[in-house]
Amino acid sequence: MSGLRLIKAGDWLSLLAALCAVGWLFVDLWASAPGAEVVIRSDGHLVVRQSLARDATVTVQGALGPSVIRILAHRVRVVSDPGPRQICVKEGWLQRVGEAAICLPNHVTVEITGRHRLYDSLNY
Amino acid sequence: MTRSTISLRTEPEDHHVAQLAAAAIALSLAEAAIPSPVPGVKPGLANIVTLFVLYRYGFRLALWVTALRVVAGSLLLGTFLSPSFILSLSGAAASLAVLLAAQLLPRKWFGPVTLSLASAFAHLAGQLTVVHWWLIPQTGIVYLVPIFGASALLFGTLNGVVVARLLASRHPLLDQLGLASPSPDVTSGERP
Repeated sequence: MSGLRLIKAGDWLSLLAALCAVGWLFVDLWASAPGAEVVIRSDGHLVVRQSLARDATVTVQGALGPSVIRILAHRVRVVSDPGPRQICVKEGWLQRVGEAAICLPNHVTVEITGRHRLYDSLNY
Repeated sequence: MTRSTISLRTEPEDHHVAQLAAAAIALSLAEAAIPSPVPGVKPGLANIVTLFVLYRYGFRLALWVTALRVVAGSLLLGTFLSPSFILSLSGAAASLAVLLAAQLLPRKWFGPVTLSLASAFAHLAGQLTVVHWWLIPQTGIVYLVPIFGASALLFGTLNGVVVARLLASRHPLLDQLGLASPSPDVTSGERP
């Protein structure tokens, strides 16, 4: 008679595992990636606007020379910049909406924008 | 009518494969006619036939029935060798590969629902791999993955229950098609 049971004990286990997997997919892909975007400007002009979810390395020509910006694992940073004090490079990885790295001498800015802005601006 | 000079000797097994493949193709065609809000979200009804065959006749025939369903189904839908055919093929191949392993699970504890879920998720994974590496190598599709996963969960479970019911069924139609269980052992899920 036990064979006639349509869903067996192990099946419930599989069902639970599948449920967890799908739940994790939703959390991982929908909740933690709320459509945040990286906006890179040179001299105030938009150069790149792309999703933070897509890894990329972007080279932007600024007033002094090329700035290299890397997007990796939902974070973005300025890798190299010709500016004398390297402030935007030392800024390190940015990952929250509203965070920005500004390479002032080179006129290049990197900013994370998203659907939901947490802050109008951040002040350090 | 002149008699055909070609004669093919067919075994009873071939008839079973043909009948079951026909059933699977009919389900694929019916499914293609159902509108879906998100492209790619489909119930995968043909998998019911694959799993039924796997339980009744073993993996080899399940492979045959699935291969015939993918090829003949795409011919009827006019998608043979198109991207949608490749997707269907990659999904079917991945799902069969996983079934080959999943059928080794102890049958006392794991029934058609587990196999159906495993195969639904494998199907999804196989298709997404092709989509990612070949068709649209962008991240846009990533946002749809949870929806695909939820649909694999829902339809995987439903199809599994249908298979379990079919295997336990004593419906006269199954007798007519010669698909009734050969021995009570099979219905109880034990290996003969």
